[in-house]
Amino acid sequence: MTRAGAAIVCVTVFAAMIGPAIAGIDPAFQDLPLRLEGPSPAHWLGLDELGRDILARLLVGARISLIVGAVVVGISATVGTLLGSIAGYYGGIVDDVVSRVSDILMAFPGLLLAIAVVAVLGPSLTNVVLALTLIGWVGYARLIRGQVLRMRELEYVQAARALGAATPRILARHIVPATLPALIVQATLGMGGAILAEASLSFLGLGVQPPTPSWGTMLNYGRSHLLDAPHLTIVPGLAIAVLVLGFNFLGDGLRDALDPTMSEGRRG
Amino acid sequence: MLRFVARRVALTIPVLLGVATLVFLLIHLIPGDPAQAMLGEAAPQADVAALRTQLRLDRPLLEQYVDFLGGLIRGDLGTSLRTRTSVGAQIAERLPATFELALAAMLVAMAVAVPLGIAAAAWRGTFVDHAAMAVAMGGMAIPNFWLGPLLAIVFAVELGWLPVSGRGGIDHLVLPAVSLGLALAAMLARMIRASLLEELREPYVRAARARGISWSRAVIVHAFRNSLIPVVTILGLQFGAVLTGAVITETIFSWPGIGRLLIQSIGFRDYPLVQGCILLIAVTYVAVNLITDLAYGFLDPRIRYQ
Repeated sequence: MTRAGAAIVCVTVFAAMIGPAIAGIDPAFQDLPLRLEGPSPAHWLGLDELGRDILARLLVGARISLIVGAVVVGISATVGTLLGSIAGYYGGIVDDVVSRVSDILMAFPGLLLAIAVVAVLGPSLTNVVLALTLIGWVGYARLIRGQVLRMRELEYVQAARALGAATPRILARHIVPATLPALIVQATLGMGGAILAEASLSFLGLGVQPPTPSWGTMLNYGRSHLLDAPHLTIVPGLAIAVLVLGFNFLGDGLRDALDPTMSEGRRG
Repeated sequence: MLRFVARRVALTIPVLLGVATLVFLLIHLIPGDPAQAMLGEAAPQADVAALRTQLRLDRPLLEQYVDFLGGLIRGDLGTSLRTRTSVGAQIAERLPATFELALAAMLVAMAVAVPLGIAAAAWRGTFVDHAAMAVAMGGMAIPNFWLGPLLAIVFAVELGWLPVSGRGGIDHLVLPAVSLGLALAAMLARMIRASLLEELREPYVRAARARGISWSRAVIVHAFRNSLIPVVTILGLQFGAVLTGAVITETIFSWPGIGRLLIQSIGFRDYPLVQGCILLIAVTYVAVNLITDLAYGFLDPRIRYQ
């Protein structure tokens, strides 16, 4: 399953990078007489409600999904690692502040806070990234804090401290690198979550705005043509499901390989 | 037990205060003048000024905050800009529909996850296990905003078995509940499998087998019952995910709950109503988490002394 996941992710990344150039069709070009036409040799995945090629839009949409996922995960993991390691290492009031803020953010279920933030800031790609990062860092901070709490008492860390190493050096050279396996697993699974979250917000009309193609927006517009052109709904939905499944497979496999203590499979 | 309850409740109070503060600050995140943003750029300045006064946006921030908290304590969530009615009353009207949907989704999740998880654990490492877990992984990846329309195409449009939208009898509930519950079912199935596998390795299961109890009875009656404690906890914690999922499901199936009200109020820039919906969903989530924590402490005495 790990290989299947890696293959799905690699193919999607490759398709998103060079696909739009190879497809040779402008994703914004409208062929109105052929609107809602199903798959054909000229348009493999058919045309949408404005006669635009769905494959071309899907490939550009993949680029947006992957970029949003990577940016959200990248910023969240960086901020979360920084705050989690400082909170875990220093403890005391710093830990209290980080923990209470994360408690409050965790009190908002799932996407709710992101919906609220985008609702007031206005729908846009930047605001989606901002909103998802605002809730995303908490999971990383909690993970890293737990790891640092355990590691700061280990002998090699105490030895570094006894040798006079400064705290930033201890954190950067001795503790944070040791948390990387868990961080990589969380980030891989987080990619799937971020892609799904962006698609959800775009589906609700709160994310990427037309005419920019996004899988969630494509699905939202396809909903009005469920009966006469179901391919408008089926294609982007399938793309989201397969890519998220790919990241989940990959994350599960990496967890088994890098962090056996977190693996549920090993317990059985 | 009383000390445990008091400690958990005390820990919840600052979280609730933080939630209220964040919800209060939401309106101040609006770029520019919030009153102008709510009424639109073309609104007359007199109307904008009147709204600013009505929402007390012309007062110092601290005064606004104290007023907001005071309103919450009195149960006053403000007035909807669009309908001019109480936000609290509108939410109360929609609340039963959301709870009905959330509970039905959780029932669907358990009905699917229990047999799937038990089968995967009981036949661990076999085709049944791999197939069940592949289905579970697929279920977790399928977005409910895709599953919903697909279910509607098949069961409402093609087969005509179920209504496609609205709230009414049980038949109206089936498609939204299945669409909302399947992702949770997938996650629970994985949890049940993992938890049951742990229990199956315990000596009491071997002892039961040694006493001549059949394998199926040992799995279902002995091990499964014990494996349910962490699963029930997760189920409680996942109630929040169900509430958020309901925002999307209610929009797809035109289900008249809080989720749909939230999205509609965002569309109308009715920010007092947006604030009310967000606050209510978050507070419900915190309350369910608290109840789950207390229930877990009741079921497992070790938790009380941590």
